[in-house]
Amino acid sequence: MSAGHTHELYRPADTPVHHLPPQCKLVAVLVFVLVVVATPRDQFWAFAVYALALCAVAAVAHVPAGVVVRRMTVELPFVAFALLLPFVASGERVDVLGLSLSAHGLLGAWNVLAKGTIGVVASILLAATTEPRTLLLGLERLNMPALIVQIMSFMFRYAEVITGEMHRMRIARESRGFQARDLRQLRAVAQSAGALFIRSYERGERVHLAMLSRGYAGSMPVVVDVRAGAAQWGAAGLLPLVALVVAVTAWSLK
Amino acid sequence: MTGAQQVDGADVGAAVASLAVHQLAFAYPDGHQALFGVDLSINRGERVALLGPNGAGKTTLVLHLNGILTAGHGTVTVAGLPVNRENMREIRRRVGVVFQDPDDQLFMPTVREDVAFGPANLGLRGDELDARVRHALDQVGMLAFVDRRPHHLSYGQRRRVAVATVLAMRPEILVLDEPSSNLDPASRRELAEILLDLEVTTLMVTHDLPYAMELCPRSVILDEGVIAASGPTRELLCDGELLRSHRLELPFGFDPASLPAR
Repeated sequence: MSAGHTHELYRPADTPVHHLPPQCKLVAVLVFVLVVVATPRDQFWAFAVYALALCAVAAVAHVPAGVVVRRMTVELPFVAFALLLPFVASGERVDVLGLSLSAHGLLGAWNVLAKGTIGVVASILLAATTEPRTLLLGLERLNMPALIVQIMSFMFRYAEVITGEMHRMRIARESRGFQARDLRQLRAVAQSAGALFIRSYERGERVHLAMLSRGYAGSMPVVVDVRAGAAQWGAAGLLPLVALVVAVTAWSLK
Repeated sequence: MTGAQQVDGADVGAAVASLAVHQLAFAYPDGHQALFGVDLSINRGERVALLGPNGAGKTTLVLHLNGILTAGHGTVTVAGLPVNRENMREIRRRVGVVFQDPDDQLFMPTVREDVAFGPANLGLRGDELDARVRHALDQVGMLAFVDRRPHHLSYGQRRRVAVATVLAMRPEILVLDEPSSNLDPASRRELAEILLDLEVTTLMVTHDLPYAMELCPRSVILDEGVIAASGPTRELLCDGELLRSHRLELPFGFDPASLPAR
């Protein structure tokens, strides 16, 4: 891809991870996460190996740690939930720094945190090394129904157009002295939302007209080909394979 | 960059008109009648401006040209081929409509895929498709932007890519709906230069009279669903009485009489 603007989550670079076909990466991440979730939570060493494996992928893909950590903030709400668990869970109590916590809850919190974090980091790496557009192509290759891929692709194209419209409507509201202080202002906001819906609907109709005008007959032509060879599947399979070996070992040691 | 390469319809004298509209009438399902018998003929290579106030039926007419709307009465033929259900695929190749809002026209994730959409629907693939895309983008000076996302282009650039999306289908006639709307003066001039360089029959729908004067030797005025006047653009624009009676106005300070006729 030429230099230019890309999606904010994507970090263009020239690495083996970037070059893998999207469908391979999608399947690899999915299998990896499933294996991680299926790992017994008290085998702490296994999670350390998973984390190391992800670090290795990040290193190969030239994704700096700082970027990953910053993007991990999406996980914060789940962290808050996990931190509550030791306080509210029942069962035998242990004392940690003078606080009486539930041992069961502590283990539960660890489980949510460790598996959640590993899953989030895996997705961050996928997003950082794969353009959203190619992700959609990957889904198409994986036999996702064409209609759903089309809807997602339009969402991807028009999300910014619609948020732009929403932003302009908000500015127009506020320029006329509107301030959303409490529920009484809900009416104006709801009306804006309604107007936005109708505008988007009308845009949909105009886009459809434009598509018909250029010969659209129900299916999108496949223009970009992203075929994957055995070697590429093999390379993408490394991460889930490592995880699988770790998980099986963890179960046998339990 | 001037009209040196421009081909006037009169000189070519093509046997078959690029576009022939005969006694076209249309009423929307809600009963609102938009067109009352439109007659319009455009020769191959001609550039014609379709002028008219808002609500004159301009857009309704455009949607008939490529069969999005079907005539209630009358006929439309494109280079001899009547617009009907059987010919729809070929009609949509022959008539390239560039809609007003480039965000409606550019619906694919990248410029390349968007320009490829039309020719790919015509069955082109591989190198042939790629060559089409590159040539069309080159014609509008946007080849360097082939892998960009439409959202990240300026409005003028998006309008130019929108023109490329239909040029890639090698149309018989290019139909532009308000091509100059929302463009800053520089983008407006750049687009005009590009359009003057294209050797394709063009119908330009607009109420931007100076733009019509600059680009189109001939104009027709559509008002209340009929063609109210037709003639050399300069003559029409010099007729103040005619313009006034159809709610058309020249911008302040613009004097078509001081300009040479195209």
